[in-house]
Amino acid sequence: MTTKLFGERVQRREDLRLITGQGRYVDDLGRDALAAAFVRSPHAHARIRDIDVSAAVDVDGLVAIYTWEDLPERVRDPLPLLIPHPALTHGRTAYPLARDIVRHVGEPVVMVVARDRYLAEDAAALIEVDYEFLKPVVGIEEAAQGAHLVHEDVPGNLGAHLVQEVPSASGAGAREAIEAAPHTLAFRLDFERSASMPLEGRGVYARWDPDDRSLRVYSSTQTSTSVRMAVAAKLGLPLPSVEVIAPDVGGGFGVKIVHPWPEEVLVPWAAMLLGREVKWTEDRREHFISSAHERGQVQHVRVGFDGEGRILGLDVTILHDHGAYTPYGIIVPIITATQLLGPYRIGAYRVEFSSIYTNTVQVTPYRGAGRPQGVFCMERTMDRIAAHLGLDRADVRAANFIQPGDFPYDQGLIFQDGRPLIYDSGDYPESLRMIKELIGWDGFAALKAEAAAEGRTIGIGLGCYVEGTGVGPYEGGHVQVTSDGRVHVSTGLTSQGQGHETVFAQIAATELGVPLDRVSVVTGDTRRFGYAVGTFASRAAVMSGNAIALACRKVRDKALRIAAEALEADPRDLEIEDGMVRVAGNPGASIALATVAVLSNPLRYAFDEEAKRATQFSGAASMDRPPVAEGEEPGLEGRDYYSPVRSTFASGMHAAIVETDPDTAEIKILRYAVVHDCGRLINPMIVEGQIHGGVAQGVGGALYERMVYDAHGQLLNASFMDFLMPYATEVPFIETAHLETPSPLNPLGIKGAGEAGVIPVSAVIAAAIEDAEGITIDRMPISPSELHELRGRATS
Amino acid sequence: MKTDGRPAVSEALHEITLTVNGVVREAKVPGRRLLSDCLRHELGLTGTHVGCEHGVCGCCTVLLDGDPVRSCLTFAVSVDGHEITTVEGLSGPGGELSPVQRAFSECHALQCGFCTPGFLCTVTALLRDNPAPTEDEVVEGISGNLCRCTGYQNIVKAVHRAAELMGDEA
Ligand code: FES
Ligand code: FES
Repeated sequence: MTTKLFGERVQRREDLRLITGQGRYVDDLGRDALAAAFVRSPHAHARIRDIDVSAAVDVDGLVAIYTWEDLPERVRDPLPLLIPHPALTHGRTAYPLARDIVRHVGEPVVMVVARDRYLAEDAAALIEVDYEFLKPVVGIEEAAQGAHLVHEDVPGNLGAHLVQEVPSASGAGAREAIEAAPHTLAFRLDFERSASMPLEGRGVYARWDPDDRSLRVYSSTQTSTSVRMAVAAKLGLPLPSVEVIAPDVGGGFGVKIVHPWPEEVLVPWAAMLLGREVKWTEDRREHFISSAHERGQVQHVRVGFDGEGRILGLDVTILHDHGAYTPYGIIVPIITATQLLGPYRIGAYRVEFSSIYTNTVQVTPYRGAGRPQGVFCMERTMDRIAAHLGLDRADVRAANFIQPGDFPYDQGLIFQDGRPLIYDSGDYPESLRMIKELIGWDGFAALKAEAAAEGRTIGIGLGCYVEGTGVGPYEGGHVQVTSDGRVHVSTGLTSQGQGHETVFAQIAATELGVPLDRVSVVTGDTRRFGYAVGTFASRAAVMSGNAIALACRKVRDKALRIAAEALEADPRDLEIEDGMVRVAGNPGASIALATVAVLSNPLRYAFDEEAKRATQFSGAASMDRPPVAEGEEPGLEGRDYYSPVRSTFASGMHAAIVETDPDTAEIKILRYAVVHDCGRLINPMIVEGQIHGGVAQGVGGALYERMVYDAHGQLLNASFMDFLMPYATEVPFIETAHLETPSPLNPLGIKGAGEAGVIPVSAVIAAAIEDAEGITIDRMPISPSELHELRGRATS
Repeated sequence: MKTDGRPAVSEALHEITLTVNGVVREAKVPGRRLLSDCLRHELGLTGTHVGCEHGVCGCCTVLLDGDPVRSCLTFAVSVDGHEITTVEGLSGPGGELSPVQRAFSECHALQCGFCTPGFLCTVTALLRDNPAPTEDEVVEGISGNLCRCTGYQNIVKAVHRAAELMGDEA
């Protein structure tokens, strides 16, 4: 392999269309499509008494109005519960349009289709829905008391309850181990809601072809293959008659993995029924109140430890707010419960969570998916232990680390993929050494004293995480070399800005020995690749990257077999470089990969000059065997799948220095440092970009973003004016260092990188503020006014 | 998208003429049609994106007579007769990328690309008015645009790089 592209800072091939305005996002398509709009519930909990559409029917350009009553079988059924789990004893999903009861503000009630969106909204505004109010259930702890119910048939609002327990080496349970420990602490932690909040909302555009009875759907989704299956099932269409394409997608961060959304069922259904193209584009308020949020948890922690800060027993009880419905099951609290352990070897562990219904927007994964809460819990615990014992916070962590010689390390739990939580590789002590050096941990005390002398308050914080990435079950790749020498790669998972076209092309170019510009990559288009899972859990590079590499290796082997015959050489003596198959050490003996592609497909008809070589009188074929030998297929192409036995575990450590204003309590991040280990890097520029974006979202979650619900279940800050996402002025410069501990689990040795940046940020910022102020921080996010209040309480 | 809540039984249409990216374009639009919708849906210039429609994210930023404006807060009829530059008009006549476009790609200042047209327009005007901005001026200059993907670090870098490229070419 001489074309060294794997590991290089290759510029993105996505960029050209995106910087010239030529991107194709869903709303850029279907200019003549009818527009859909939705009447959504203004109440958090209510019974629908009547829907009166009479005032709307005269609106100019109105095409159709649908309520739940109008929907046919299957379409009218509750949406699927995507990830069933035995502990989710009371899973509930929404109807595509509300049937009788609405359970959160924003739940769709009526669908309107009109000539354009303005007119559809005119009609929607004239539809009168008569509601009988029911008692809204808001707040995790209130909901857990079960005085009022979100779903009549779910007692205590308890959707799921799960306990996992890992005894100590001597067989003691966590509670026992804590009782017996020399030191114990107990405390409570709170973590508020935030949301993925991609700048492009959701969107669906459907085209029904009445002549061949086929449906094409464009959706701003993280999984086109699964949307396709869901739509085909809901509409009763044969799978081959449905195509789903995720075109350019303006960010996902988790929310777009949920599917099928009501709109993903209803828009195609209406397109079929009306025989017209129909499109729906979510607006920002709809995104706030009708998609999904994440993060909200209350955690109760008890920990027992020895004099060096080694944890002997840890007992965590989590209340998880999953909103009104559970389409994505209990993946988020499962991840919190398991990934909480981070890079540590814990004596005995017990974790229990209750996943609770409230009359709020449903909770499904947002970048980090439960890990930020888990890491917050563990890292706050480490800091408390250090404070209690008067030890250095980094030393307490080091005392608990799993050591490089301990891998594979079995944490004894079941992870989100239903498989054992076994870490494959990592080097946590080295990571800690690097982050301490990068941030200047050891010299900080002097810096702090200096600042204090100037009347300034600064503090430092540290946070460690381990992230299970690349979860299965599988992804596939298809690679085809055409007779012009071009390489066409496709994989089924989708892209939302991660640069997959670039990194997958780097992998293919490296594996096949062709120039990068000859490789093209298609993702998320079921016309090109029908089998896939989706883009989530930092899995795309690991899963599709390896699948594409394996498919390339098949193609390469085939190319070498064909070339060997043409060159009368041994395939083992051949190499491919710059698109030419060569006999190693004999530059004269070579054949272009393009020609190999021609020869791979025996032809009867010469459609062009090159193709003549593969026709029956060209003299190229051996007369002793059929033109397509047994076990071979025509064409220079290959397909392969990568299906790992379990996830691969990336890790990292962040550190920050913050300054708090003594008067205004303003919190400013002075420095932010990241050490990140995602195994072998395919493209360091892209990995750094992922880290920057993750940290920025983490900063948002730590200092600015929250979903403010009032007691009536109204989301008070459902706009960008009130939900404060960081601008350039809020995000610090991020200093990054990479450690590369290859994964032994996959051929490329890679681990996922997409989510990592966001995971430990709240923990790190909380620690730094605590260090600066000397006040315990036990809830995030924290605003200046909250810090001010904490100061008041600390001194009173 | 905006609606005033009243049915518009056969809304009155207004004929407007805009010079978009140097080309004179005519459109017939209702009074309430947003400039963003007019550009995207009437004129087919979908490079201008819509992220919030309440004037906060900056995705819809275009240049109106050279100055950045939120096209989601502007009615199309109110800019009748004016000149508008959208992201599609930033490249040269032969399609050569502007220094700002080149710098964004070079510095990996975009991921999903949804915010990018707004940043490109904003930065184009910023550097025209201030060809060598300081770090603070850059951060300040882009602080009206949201990006959920990049964390801004590479966008800041790209603005400096674009200034450098423009300096080289001047
Ligand atoms: S779409 Fe205009 S500012 Fe957000
Ligand atoms: S690149 Fe995705 S929002 Fe900026």
